[in-house]
Amino acid sequence: MAVTVRQQISARKRSTPRKLAWLIGNYILLVILAIFFLFPIVFMVVSSLKSNEEQLLSDLSSLKAFIPYGTISLGNYSGVFARLPFGQYMFNSVFIVTMIVVFGLFVNSLIAYALARMNFPGRRLMLAVMIALIIVPFESIAVPLLLMVNNLPWFDGSTTWIDSYQVQIIPFIADAFSIFLFYQFFIGIPKELEEAALVDGASRFRMYWRLIVPLSRPVFATVAILQFLTHIGDFLWPLMVTTGDTFRPLMIGLQVFFGQQPRSWGEIMAFASMITIPILIVFLLFQRWFMQSVASTGIKG
Amino acid sequence: MSAETTITAEKARATSGKPRTTSWQRKEMLTAWTFLLPASLLLLIFLIIPFFMAIYFSFTNQTLIPGPIPTEFVGFRNFARLLQDDTFHRALLNNFLFGIIVVPVQTTFALSLAILANQKIRGIYVFRTIYFSPVVTTIAVISVVWSFLYNPDQGLINHFLKSISFGHIPNLQWLNDVHLALPAIIIMSIWQGVGFQMMIYLAGLQGIPDSLYEAARVDGAGRWKQFLNVTLPQLRNTTIFVVIATTILAFKLYTQVAIMTQGGPENATITSVYYLVQQGFSELHVGYASAIAVIFFLIVLVISILQRTIIKEEGQG
Repeated sequence: MAVTVRQQISARKRSTPRKLAWLIGNYILLVILAIFFLFPIVFMVVSSLKSNEEQLLSDLSSLKAFIPYGTISLGNYSGVFARLPFGQYMFNSVFIVTMIVVFGLFVNSLIAYALARMNFPGRRLMLAVMIALIIVPFESIAVPLLLMVNNLPWFDGSTTWIDSYQVQIIPFIADAFSIFLFYQFFIGIPKELEEAALVDGASRFRMYWRLIVPLSRPVFATVAILQFLTHIGDFLWPLMVTTGDTFRPLMIGLQVFFGQQPRSWGEIMAFASMITIPILIVFLLFQRWFMQSVASTGIKG
Repeated sequence: MSAETTITAEKARATSGKPRTTSWQRKEMLTAWTFLLPASLLLLIFLIIPFFMAIYFSFTNQTLIPGPIPTEFVGFRNFARLLQDDTFHRALLNNFLFGIIVVPVQTTFALSLAILANQKIRGIYVFRTIYFSPVVTTIAVISVVWSFLYNPDQGLINHFLKSISFGHIPNLQWLNDVHLALPAIIIMSIWQGVGFQMMIYLAGLQGIPDSLYEAARVDGAGRWKQFLNVTLPQLRNTTIFVVIATTILAFKLYTQVAIMTQGGPENATITSVYYLVQQGFSELHVGYASAIAVIFFLIVLVISILQRTIIKEEGQG
């Protein structure tokens, strides 16, 4: 062991110039890849700032496409607001996703807690069903679900869920994969902690709320982030169940705007930027959590 | 400390006597059902029931809006029609083509990125974040932006190709070209999805014990040998997961197609889910769409079972 360390040290000393070349080559590769992943996003934001559509289009033939110059203004942004209820779309998206995440965290962690810790007949069967449900792709049930929600009553007296918030929220609250992630985490928590609390006469709900939830922050963050990423981008279902601007989320608004003629690329890029920039900011604030969450889907698969 | 509390807990339970245990058990069961109820009910109504509805509808001529013809049981007619439906064949073929190209390319790319991003050098977190950023950009936004990039006359990609080839590459029609539309969507999907798998591979790489590499170095293995004999075998389960997850995603391909090409030109980019939605939602043929859904589900099921069997074999071996 000592010998190998000494060998390594001497090897490092000997090859300093080679190592430097390797490092520089490494960074060049990393930067090229960074450009590859960033260029469409930079292009989108830069184009959105060019309020002169002719300049925007003529810049495309050179690197000028990535340089904010010329008539730079927020004209395209105000153009979007003038043509579409962007604020309404934004509110709808934020509201729908928040509701899915908040109710989902509660409902899915509760059932996972019962599955992981409590004794009741049918526990094993229920667990098996839950794991089987992970496989069912939403796409395969979308059409019958549409038929079903079309005929569901709601508290306000309406006889259909089409064009509403609840139709975009309630079907997605319970999620088999989230339950599985919670379950995996809960069975790893030492039982002794709960036994002590049981002796103190704590109720199961109190135990869940006071003991399990604070201990399980990482898995709550993971599930929240994964559900957020999934549902902020939802496209197929809102396309089927919304008919007007009132309940439409951002993605459908974008598609509608994209389809309108004549196309103003500057305004389309402004719309796309207004969706992307807030999400990117949230991502940058919690990037470690985001990346860990994604990584955990693979480990637990 | 924890051992002591366990003992006290045992003692408490032992001294509490039988009748109290049963009432405690009854209460425990009631609580369990309260915890289980909300999620179970939601899954039953919005997942399990629609799933069986899909199977049932696939044997009927159900329509989305009640029509003049009453809904009837038609046996396997929908499936028989699917067997002869050229559009459906094309959709399946496109899913397969998409998978056959995306799975190996994206997996290799993701692993290479993960190895690059796993180096302990200054600023590596910045690069990791950049490579991951397309994942948090929604697919609808990406489809719109890339439609602009692919635009034949105004698009950046054609201008770029023209300048690096000194004008030798002609104006490609990309999304309007029967042969290029699917590859165009493939390139974009890899660009968007590879960061996700890079993170999964990174987690896998970080799970490999350093001692294995040390042992390999002692045996005189160079970087390449270490990669072949340590890294790859240790990443076996990660790779299985990545490959299977990407294959399933290939079959779910929808949003890109809906925004960029609407399945065209001449069905060059139509996919099973796109065709399913077209039949069930636009054409109102719920029965026929459900038959597509059942086949689509069976494909996903077979892929998932394959994954579990392969990973289980590994566990036993």
